[in-house]
Amino acid sequence: MIISIASGKGGTGKTTVATNLALSLGAAVQLLDCDVEEPNAHLFIHPVFDQTKTVTAPVPEIDMNKCTLCGKCGEICQFKAIVVVGQTVLPFEELCHSCGGCMAVCPEDAITEKSRELGVIQKGYRNGIEFIHGKLRVGEAMSPPLIKKVLAYTDPAKFTIVDAPPGTSCPVIESMKKANFVLLVTEPTPFGLYDLKLAVGAAKILNIPCGLVINRSDLGDDNVKAYADRENLPVLMEIPFDRQIAETYSRGEMIVEVMPEWKEKFLKLYEKVKHLVT
Amino acid sequence: MKELIVISGKGGTGKTSIMAAFASLAEDKVLCDADVDAADLHLIMAPLVRMRRDFQSGNTAVIDQNQCTECGQCLDLCRWNAISNDFEVNPIECEGCGVCVYFCPEKAIDFPENTCGEWFVSDTRFGPMVHARLGIAEQNSGKLVTLVRREASKLAEAKNLDLILTDGPPGVGCPVIASIGGASAVLIVTEPTVSGKHDMERVAQLSAHFKVPAMICINKFDLNLDLTQDIENYAEKKGITCLGKIPFDPIFTWAMVQGQTIFEYNTASKAGRAIKEIWHNLANKMEL
Repeated sequence: MIISIASGKGGTGKTTVATNLALSLGAAVQLLDCDVEEPNAHLFIHPVFDQTKTVTAPVPEIDMNKCTLCGKCGEICQFKAIVVVGQTVLPFEELCHSCGGCMAVCPEDAITEKSRELGVIQKGYRNGIEFIHGKLRVGEAMSPPLIKKVLAYTDPAKFTIVDAPPGTSCPVIESMKKANFVLLVTEPTPFGLYDLKLAVGAAKILNIPCGLVINRSDLGDDNVKAYADRENLPVLMEIPFDRQIAETYSRGEMIVEVMPEWKEKFLKLYEKVKHLVT
Repeated sequence: MKELIVISGKGGTGKTSIMAAFASLAEDKVLCDADVDAADLHLIMAPLVRMRRDFQSGNTAVIDQNQCTECGQCLDLCRWNAISNDFEVNPIECEGCGVCVYFCPEKAIDFPENTCGEWFVSDTRFGPMVHARLGIAEQNSGKLVTLVRREASKLAEAKNLDLILTDGPPGVGCPVIASIGGASAVLIVTEPTVSGKHDMERVAQLSAHFKVPAMICINKFDLNLDLTQDIENYAEKKGITCLGKIPFDPIFTWAMVQGQTIFEYNTASKAGRAIKEIWHNLANKMEL
């Protein structure tokens, strides 16, 4: 089973829920941090990493001895990532989506592919939990190909928890689309609700069932609950605002370890999700 | 004309609430919401939309089943596994690269342009605002960010306003890169949590990479005084000005629930005083 933890709005507590849920369950759990722009789960899980792999994307390399400057590569490219200028061909690697079109169309076979670094993937363990995250190279724009590579680590024999990035555009869709269930972490505020609706929309487009965790549930208004009622979205957990939780989080400590009474609640959350999926 | 982008790396540090407070302090400016993926500034600004336009960008392949001979070339060429074995394109998977369109021997694949969202020019009680809404599950957020920034700049020029205040997206990827390129300065709103600091450092590196001067302010600073000190030390080491610190204060939430800035909600809060000081320091630093 794969559950994706998403939110729309950032900072609502996705990582808190993902890491505490993983640690409550212990072994046979996989935690994949797909927020590759700003991965944070490792700051709480403190895994011992035993593998680091550079992730690359293919980009064109032009053999100017073979190139006749016909311009077909520039014509097929939808992303303006390769153009013929004067007597040469200029590839713009950072714009390239790695579709391979220029290489396929080149009548002279003058284009091959080389690798461009997108970031790294690290894998490690903590208490039997298998932990994997991607880290986008600072300055790199394209996160979806890196997210795909992180998700390729999914082990069907395990319970997989995916920590998704904020928002509702392509990186979020990438992190949600293989999931059996989307757990949406929200807060009862106008920003929380507005972005929650977008995230629910994303889960609906992908046809994946979803449920809510309301964080800082006593700091705001009742509109998130009213919305959940209206839309038949189950509220699976509520976490009230508690300065001790906020301070525990700030130090990179786990709520279920500092406040053990929470472990039971996260286990209950898991049972509810499992029940809804099966 | 000067353009300030408020970013954070980590989401939920208070970018938009602080931006809204700035909107009420700054004079002669255009407001711009570049967090097109999960835009929230309008929830406080209550914009009156004066102009609405579709945002079109990118294309999606559509196979005409009547013309398709199922030769399979598109299946072989598509790197996104977007084409099913019965020759239908999954629009969620389609990257819009057009390779299948180009090579189809029957010319059986259409390639219509996508309408990925809309953008608006509005009036608010704090001045004009340019904002947008990216459709759910759509691509090209970076292009929409570039578009709203360009329109904000045109509007500022037309109205003879000297400042653009832009609410940026979280992260360090495509939409953030599109938000900060060529800006006068960025203000990074961070918080004293391990994740807040980690993400602030990455987005500060990004600003340095694109040579945009960065400043920081620390929100909820009293949540963890040790980390606040660490963040200040980091800023000093990197030559980043720390403009000020804001105490944790639920007033941000209460004001948001009312659709107000924190100054409209309460004229004398501690958080409000801290933000006024940050704004004052920022105006000095940017010579506004």
